[in-house]
Amino acid sequence: MGLSGGDLQAIWLTVRLASVVTLILLLVGTPIAWWLARARGRWKGPVSAIVALPLVLPPSVLGFYLLLAMGPNGPVGHLTQALGIGMLPFTFWGLVVASVFYSLPFMVQPLQTAFESIGDRPLEVAATLHASPLNIFFSVAVPLALPGFLTAGILTFAHTVGEFGVVLMIGGNLPGITRVASVQIYDHVEALEYGQAHHLAAVMLIFSFLVLLVLYAWRPTPRKV
Amino acid sequence: MTKLLVGLLLSALAQIAHAEKITVAAAADLKFAMDEIVTTFKSSNAGDEVEVIYGSSGKFNTQMQQGAPFDLFFSADIAFPRELAKNGLAASEVKPYAVGRIVLWSASMDASKMTLGSLTDSKITHIAIANPQHAPYGKRAEEALRSSSLWEKIESKLVYGENIANTAQFVQTGNAQVGIIALSLAVNPELSSKGGYYLIPDMLHAPLEQGFIICKRAENSALAKRFANYIGSKPARAVMTKYGFVLPGEAVRK
Repeated sequence: MGLSGGDLQAIWLTVRLASVVTLILLLVGTPIAWWLARARGRWKGPVSAIVALPLVLPPSVLGFYLLLAMGPNGPVGHLTQALGIGMLPFTFWGLVVASVFYSLPFMVQPLQTAFESIGDRPLEVAATLHASPLNIFFSVAVPLALPGFLTAGILTFAHTVGEFGVVLMIGGNLPGITRVASVQIYDHVEALEYGQAHHLAAVMLIFSFLVLLVLYAWRPTPRKV
Repeated sequence: MTKLLVGLLLSALAQIAHAEKITVAAAADLKFAMDEIVTTFKSSNAGDEVEVIYGSSGKFNTQMQQGAPFDLFFSADIAFPRELAKNGLAASEVKPYAVGRIVLWSASMDASKMTLGSLTDSKITHIAIANPQHAPYGKRAEEALRSSSLWEKIESKLVYGENIANTAQFVQTGNAQVGIIALSLAVNPELSSKGGYYLIPDMLHAPLEQGFIICKRAENSALAKRFANYIGSKPARAVMTKYGFVLPGEAVRK
């Protein structure tokens, strides 16, 4: 298909980034979504708003604040230096941290919808049978919300693959470390290498279409969102 | 009295009639210099509007090949406007307007006491340069590092900015301790108030010859021609010199 070594490296890096981010968000996003689905108190509004922020924020805002926060004078930078990790910009893990923020709503919102649609009944029934809260969560809620987990996982993965602005601002464009496929395409276009840009862009286009096709074909009837 | 009023009215009408608007695409290294030139140009050309968009020369070149609506293009590399002219997208010949210089700049250290050799210091973990693949200043930075036989030694520390302004951000936020940026940016008070800079000898790299064209779409624009002429005028040249550019026909300063 005419992909160069650099292109393959960028694709592999993108897949690795999206996988790690999806796994982390499964761990981080699930409790948030569970809490949001059950919460009634006054914190629900602010937390929902924070989770949804990346949907409306331009990547340049996120990239700018991350660059400052993770730098040597920023709070995150102080913390990572104190922990002996060094600084996060220009590293793979810097991209992971940025992408976790960036893709958070794509994990939390479908999960929250799935948890909410279970309703209280099955959980109450389990409780009357003396199931512990943890037991209720893993043996009742998770199996019932499984389609939601799949949707959330696929959306998070696909959205992270499509990331561009943030990685351009904090990544430093390092081959094999922070040069993801979207940035590689951008570089090809700027260098007027349209042929190479076409090849990689076509891969991304087909991938995105297939992901959405699977999502929609697999959920034929629109449910409440 | 009536004559005077009519005269005033006519001259006001004439002002409105010749009031035009042009859009200029300019390389990011021109940010501070071009802003100042446009301000002085406007003060003597009331009513004219000159809007400047800054970005990477490579990006503008790509956009213009696809018909982007710019009236003038000031590139950081004369090769881009030459290519556009070859493709019939220019309404003027390609004119050189300046030669750029590159400097080593730091926001946290006194770079004026450094040389390129200092980059091998183990305290320096990240060095920012513009992406050599398409940014002219990045290309020259790579050449300078290669001709000082430093490229291989420091390549693992390099991070690449999307254009020269993005590269300066990496340094300004302290994420990269030093960077190679345009002299025209480093002399701006905002940057020169922190750290310092070291002028990289220009025999280490090919000249950063910068050129501009009037674009095809501004073929009949009087304002575009006036602005193009203004770039060669004394006040505009003084601004360019102030920002460290070497002008066409001038000897290179040390």
